[in-house]
Amino acid sequence: MKNITKLGVVSALSLIVGASASFAETIKIAFIDPLSGPFASTGANGLHQFEFASDYMVNQKGGVLGGDTFEVVGFDNKISPKESLIQLQVAIDQGIRYIVQGNSSGVANALTEAIDKHNRRNPDSRVLFLNYAAVDPALTNEKCNFWHFRFDANADIKMDALTDVIVADENIKKVYIIGQDYSFGKAVSDAANKMLGEKRDDIEVVGDELHPIGKVKDFTPYARKIVASGADAVITGNWGADMLGLGKAIIDNGFEGPIYTYYAAGSGMTAAFGESGKGRIRLISQGSINPIGSEEARATYEAFEAKYPDGNIDQSRIFNVIGMLATAIEEAGTADDVVAVASKLEGMEYDSMWGGKLFMRPQDHQLIQDMHVGVHTDENIDFDYDQSGFGIVNESTIEMASMDSPTTCEMKRPE
Amino acid sequence: MDLILVNIIDGLVTGLLLFMLSAGLTLIFSMMGVLNFAHASFYMLGAYFAYQISIALGFWMGLLLAPLIVGVLGAGVERYGLRRVHQYGHVPELIFTFGLALLIEELVQFIWGKNQMAYFVPDALNFSAFAIAGNSIPAYKIFMIFISIAIFIGLLYILTRTRVGMIIQAALSYPRTVEALGHNVPLIFMGVFGVGTALAGVAGVIAGPVLGTFPGMAFVLGSIVFVTIVIGGLGSLWGALVASLLIGWITTFAKSYNIEMADILNGIGIGTPENLDESLFRDFWTITSPQIADILPYILMVLILIFRPSGLFGKRHS
Repeated sequence: MKNITKLGVVSALSLIVGASASFAETIKIAFIDPLSGPFASTGANGLHQFEFASDYMVNQKGGVLGGDTFEVVGFDNKISPKESLIQLQVAIDQGIRYIVQGNSSGVANALTEAIDKHNRRNPDSRVLFLNYAAVDPALTNEKCNFWHFRFDANADIKMDALTDVIVADENIKKVYIIGQDYSFGKAVSDAANKMLGEKRDDIEVVGDELHPIGKVKDFTPYARKIVASGADAVITGNWGADMLGLGKAIIDNGFEGPIYTYYAAGSGMTAAFGESGKGRIRLISQGSINPIGSEEARATYEAFEAKYPDGNIDQSRIFNVIGMLATAIEEAGTADDVVAVASKLEGMEYDSMWGGKLFMRPQDHQLIQDMHVGVHTDENIDFDYDQSGFGIVNESTIEMASMDSPTTCEMKRPE
Repeated sequence: MDLILVNIIDGLVTGLLLFMLSAGLTLIFSMMGVLNFAHASFYMLGAYFAYQISIALGFWMGLLLAPLIVGVLGAGVERYGLRRVHQYGHVPELIFTFGLALLIEELVQFIWGKNQMAYFVPDALNFSAFAIAGNSIPAYKIFMIFISIAIFIGLLYILTRTRVGMIIQAALSYPRTVEALGHNVPLIFMGVFGVGTALAGVAGVIAGPVLGTFPGMAFVLGSIVFVTIVIGGLGSLWGALVASLLIGWITTFAKSYNIEMADILNGIGIGTPENLDESLFRDFWTITSPQIADILPYILMVLILIFRPSGLFGKRHS
């Protein structure tokens, strides 16, 4: 809460100052994610949340640095790493200093490498990469760099929390792991195999497979294999249309157990699962929506619903990105010198309105936060998703998950 | 053994769905020589219209009305769009349909947004018809099979047993001669285009609740439809049916069984290299059938084009 109050005081002050100072500037944030194609809904909803968070948390409160406002600019990368690099260059050429991206670790891997290279060669136009959802652990381990900050928990942290819940359920003896065939899907599978084995050796992994990303028309054959394997539970890192297709196929074709997921909520998915997914779909996430994390969060969510009646805050961490960036810029006293801003972000402690404390671990730029495992249901819902009456209710919480988890990152800071 | 039966049913559902799309496209393609890139977009429109109608009037009215609307739209596109572009040759026609596909996708996103639509299977069919070794077969899938077979029989009857069908078949092979005999070939074209797109609409209506209704649904299914008609042979209804079922079963079985490339190669007498990690063909050796299931139809298409360019049942040589 402390930082937010401080931000509030500073912005209130800046309102008074800002009235006389008319040289307020716009701090642009480039949002590079899919805005067309099979994953368009995921990208577009993320963009809405970024635009709203910037407007509501920063601009309406007088901006930062005495009146500078945030502007989020959308760039469509069609979920392709190649296209993302082109869009990155366009963004840099427009003088944008802050890049946010989240959908697909394949894209994030390409971006972080390109940004590292760019920043080394062009000290005058350095940019920061604020990753809000790409969770491949490599990004904060062997591929880490000073310019990359991850606000989502990585796949290992999520899996650690998820497997804690799974091993606590005595009825689960056999687990089936399925995911999309790219770096993130592989990371989920590796982490699940490793952690299940460590935590309870009587759990058997009866299936472990990857399917092409965004290309499967019908998941029925996969669902058949899952049922035939006799699995008690399914773990998947799928997202977007792949998550809905897989989830529907599994439920429709006779699977009875729980489905543990990373991303099975929002973007129309909650409504499309509806009654059939009740008590079946479980979800690991951060930020508490049901019950709501704080009164401030309630007001924010209500304002969001007033602006986007069809929208969901299904990525509450986006608000943390904007809040922490604003705080860091304020503390650094500049938005142009990204090294100064990054230095403030490193090690920052921030009270999230969605509940709990956030800590940006300086050694690998991985945000440490509370993790929740929730269930898809229509009971005890404060804020539903997709106006469907259904939402995600917390079942268990792991505080400051994986605070001491090891990292292989050797952070190289600029001179 | 149980799983084989389940897979046969699943493959049949996938194949028949593909058939409804390719039946219309193959007739349109062979008649007008137009590769209708927007065909899968009409499939998507079918799903969205049916979703919208189902909110107000229920699923069954959606099934009845949505294909009609899509068919009328399709006929309109032929009458006022394609026919005008036709005089400039095939390339402009191709570009026209390509542009139309993009336009429809944008329009759908504009009207309904980018989210998944909550389009559900009707309650009357939302139960498990029967189960084979724990694998339940939803009643809706049985319903899909019956609808598709009914459409196939209906089309076959019209094309082979009625006067209209005979004229259409004649127009497929010798459009100029048919025109010279006094038949209104442009009208036939418009009719075929309308019916073809309406069929795609039906496919969308019944696939929407199962495969998801979202703006990317046309894109996901688009290219495979062309593969189907090339394999089946242009203008052949039987060809479209056989090719669709073949693709349905090949992809379903390839996904259901983890057949590894190493096993196949060992089976035909090629030994696994000792140092697989350093081998140039490591990726090739470690391929499993689910990974390549969705490209198998394309491999089949290439083989067909090499050994039987007119397709399995195609007659006309261009």
